Amino acid sequence: MDATFLARFQFAMTIGFHFLFPPISIGLGWMLVLVETLGWRTANDTYVRMGRFFAKMLALTFAVGVATGIVMEFQFGTNWARYSTFVGDIFGAPLAAEGVFAFFLESGFLGLYLFGRGRVSKGVHWFSALMVALGATISAFWILVANSWQQTPTGFEVQGGRAVLTSFSDAVFNPSMWVRFFHTMSAALVTGAFFMAGVSAYLLLRGNGGDVAPRALRLGIVAGLAFSVISAFPTGDLHGRQVARDQPEKLAAIEGIYTSQRSAPLALFALPDAGPPPRLRAAIEIPGLASFLSYGDFDAEVKGIDAFPPDQVPPLWITFVSFHNMVLLGGLFVAVTALGVFLMWRRRMDGARWYHGLVLAVSWLPLAACQFGWVAAEVGRQPWTVYRLLRTADSVSVTVGVPELLFSIVLFGLIYLALLGLYLFLLVREANHGPDPAGEVA
Amino acid sequence: MDLVTLQGTWFLLFGVLLIGYAILDGFDLGVGMLSLFERDPARRGQHMDVIAPVWDGNEVWLLTAGGALFAAFPPVYATVFSGFYLAFMLLLAALIFRAVSFEFRHKVDSPAWRSLWDWSFGLGSLVPALLYGVAVGNVLAGLPIARDASGGFLWQGSFLGLLNPYALLVGVTGLAMFLTHGALYLAFKADGVVAERSGRLAPRLWIAWVALWVLATMASVLVSPWLFAGMLGNPLFYLLLALALASMVAIPVWSRSGGHGKAFLASSTAIAAQTGLAGLSLFPRLVPSSIDLEGASMTIHNASSSVRTLTVMLVIAGVGMPIVIGYTAFIYRVFKGRISPGQFYGAHGPGGH
Ligand code: HDD
Ligand code: HEM
Ligand code: HEM
Repeated sequence: MDATFLARFQFAMTIGFHFLFPPISIGLGWMLVLVETLGWRTANDTYVRMGRFFAKMLALTFAVGVATGIVMEFQFGTNWARYSTFVGDIFGAPLAAEGVFAFFLESGFLGLYLFGRGRVSKGVHWFSALMVALGATISAFWILVANSWQQTPTGFEVQGGRAVLTSFSDAVFNPSMWVRFFHTMSAALVTGAFFMAGVSAYLLLRGNGGDVAPRALRLGIVAGLAFSVISAFPTGDLHGRQVARDQPEKLAAIEGIYTSQRSAPLALFALPDAGPPPRLRAAIEIPGLASFLSYGDFDAEVKGIDAFPPDQVPPLWITFVSFHNMVLLGGLFVAVTALGVFLMWRRRMDGARWYHGLVLAVSWLPLAACQFGWVAAEVGRQPWTVYRLLRTADSVSVTVGVPELLFSIVLFGLIYLALLGLYLFLLVREANHGPDPAGEVA
Repeated sequence: MDLVTLQGTWFLLFGVLLIGYAILDGFDLGVGMLSLFERDPARRGQHMDVIAPVWDGNEVWLLTAGGALFAAFPPVYATVFSGFYLAFMLLLAALIFRAVSFEFRHKVDSPAWRSLWDWSFGLGSLVPALLYGVAVGNVLAGLPIARDASGGFLWQGSFLGLLNPYALLVGVTGLAMFLTHGALYLAFKADGVVAERSGRLAPRLWIAWVALWVLATMASVLVSPWLFAGMLGNPLFYLLLALALASMVAIPVWSRSGGHGKAFLASSTAIAAQTGLAGLSLFPRLVPSSIDLEGASMTIHNASSSVRTLTVMLVIAGVGMPIVIGYTAFIYRVFKGRISPGQFYGAHGPGGH
């Protein structure tokens, strides 16, 4: 095992674990803004109790998100010292901006939102929910600026072995920034909506949902449908075109196009075989569709893996599989929520226990889709940390050796396992308590 | 602004972020450590209630300082953080436990469960509080940094080397400082027994802080005489020294007469002035090299970002920080007044239900 591999493993482990929580915090945060708005404007006490109930789950999720986020903030320096030196002139500013514009906002107003009920007016309380969601969104914006820059770097010049900023706005609004932000935001909103729907379905199955769960389920399903559609179209579609334009070898890897061709087919299902030469086995394909989705023309030429030097090509299997699983799940989300809307329209939702079971079973899958999406994006960027500028192997800290890395991987591996267990345990407990029954609101 | 002015400005602003952190999270950490001395579960919980709505915002000062260091002085962020690797992992683990104990503790009504998260909160406060001082001590003594062939900075130390007697002395001084500061905060923010006890404890902790501070300063003269070069001719040095001394004297005076709020302001000023003195004696070095002080130290001039980045960062800080300070002040105002046991988390177990 070499240090580079271990450092990558550790980064993937810590960011992957961290990113279980932000999508819930962001998505549920906005769902709560909706609920609190309804509660405040309609003075309907069902929504007030719905807000209280889900706010506790937000607090729990947020706490674990914060705890794991602290690690991320310092990990670039500890594990990726050469990367940090190379990109510091550009990468540090968004990270600092995230602290100034986002973390202060979300943490400050979360305290007010959770503990301020009764101390501040209803309007200020509502405002604090809004600021929590807005803070989480601004946080996503700045961290995705940083990430997008390493995918599609612009606005800099390499001087004396490091990237030096030439234009801040070019660096911030780099070519993949907006699509990545909107796609990741829509993914987080799907996650939050499914979280709310899943918890409500659980309450309905247990029979302790009171008047809160049926309404929360409907909110979650309708929002879930809207955001799943947005995740696929326009945000996912535009993201695909952006990858085709800016990172053609990544596109070839995630779509499984191994030889350059006109009218490239879209593989719906296939088993990638690394070769050599790499090929897709047992493929079900739609002719021309990959060309169309990437360039808007069924006949367009798509570059295959064979068009790139072998030492600049990402791993093929994992990128293809992750990307296809994400898209597959995206389709599933649309189908499940559309079915729910159909049941609501036919007024069959309340008795449909099988559907509540289905919602509960799929409610965590948006998190899987998010992980798949990131693996496609990040592994697809290999062998570079900064696309076509800095190789991953040249990014690690030279002074940190295998023993230190193993130590910290085991340490954080154990801590994270414990955190995950505790989080799930407390989440289920919180759900089992159920929302306050009608007439008990303070 | 030209590069040199910007570099100096960012040295100052980084110092301001660290001071903000030391004052704000300092009392949080102090309160956390003091909870270790409390036996009664309800009053242990009260320690958490006292800082419940604000602790995360306070910790963000550290995150922002980290981000600012990355942006303004990237080689320092890279070299020092990877050099302090194991110490950092320990710090992060402690901060994780501390962060989750607030949400976890009150969720299950069982003494063993509560006690687990009480320990996690207490030790999760103690370890960072100690490590910060140890880190400052190591920086003041100089770190084992050399230059590599291409002019970059290369770390040559080991984890155990960081635990030298001088650094530990500075570490313990920091502990005494945070403990005093936390006790003063409890004395005016908690109610009942906790407030009374902390009020009585604070002047005693203060004695330890004074004694250790004097000792650490004398040790600095021996370990790093160059820190004091030019100081005696610098008016800013006398200003900060006077501020540090006056505020240190004011702490027990106000605290004994029951003015804990004023005493807390005095200890905040003392923290700022003492940190300021350390910063002034380092300037313009950020991280002195113990191997080659002249040749291999990281300074604001040889380790900074470009003019453009420093300017952008100045705009970000100039726009953002006044807003942050505005709403933070508002939030502290909303939660003004003394906090009783269980006020936010419920006195026993899952009080939120
Ligand atoms: C798209 C969103 C997103 C992404 C890609 C990341 N984060 Fe995150 N992070 C959040 C969205 C978020 C959030 C929604 O703002 C959090 C999640 C937990 C929480 O509830 O707030 C948060 C918390 C959080 C915290 C704690 C803040 C506090 O104390 O209040 C830190 C220091 C970081 N993150 C840092 C990072 C770093 C350095 C990342 C990159 C490697 C990263 N996050 C990826
Ligand atoms: C939050 C969701 C994210 C996930 C799930 C994620 C996932 C991953 C994965 C799986 C790897 C390992 C790739 C490999 O070793 O082949 C990786 C590497 C990396 N990612 Fe991300 N990433 C995320 C966000 C970010 C962000 C926001 C940044 C920067 C701001 C970032 C920067 C990096 C770096 C520096 C590496 C290490 C070098 C490398 O192996 O490429 N990632 N990430
Ligand atoms: C259904 C159609 C979808 C399409 C066409 C699509 C397309 C894409 C594309 C092209 C990428 C870029 C990967 C890269 O940079 O190489 C991506 C990334 C990603 N996807 Fe999707 N996606 C879809 C659905 C979803 C869903 C439903 C979720 C989650 C709920 C999701 C979450 C993500 C995440 C978190 C990333 C990584 C961040 C980023 O690069 O934006 N996607 N997706």
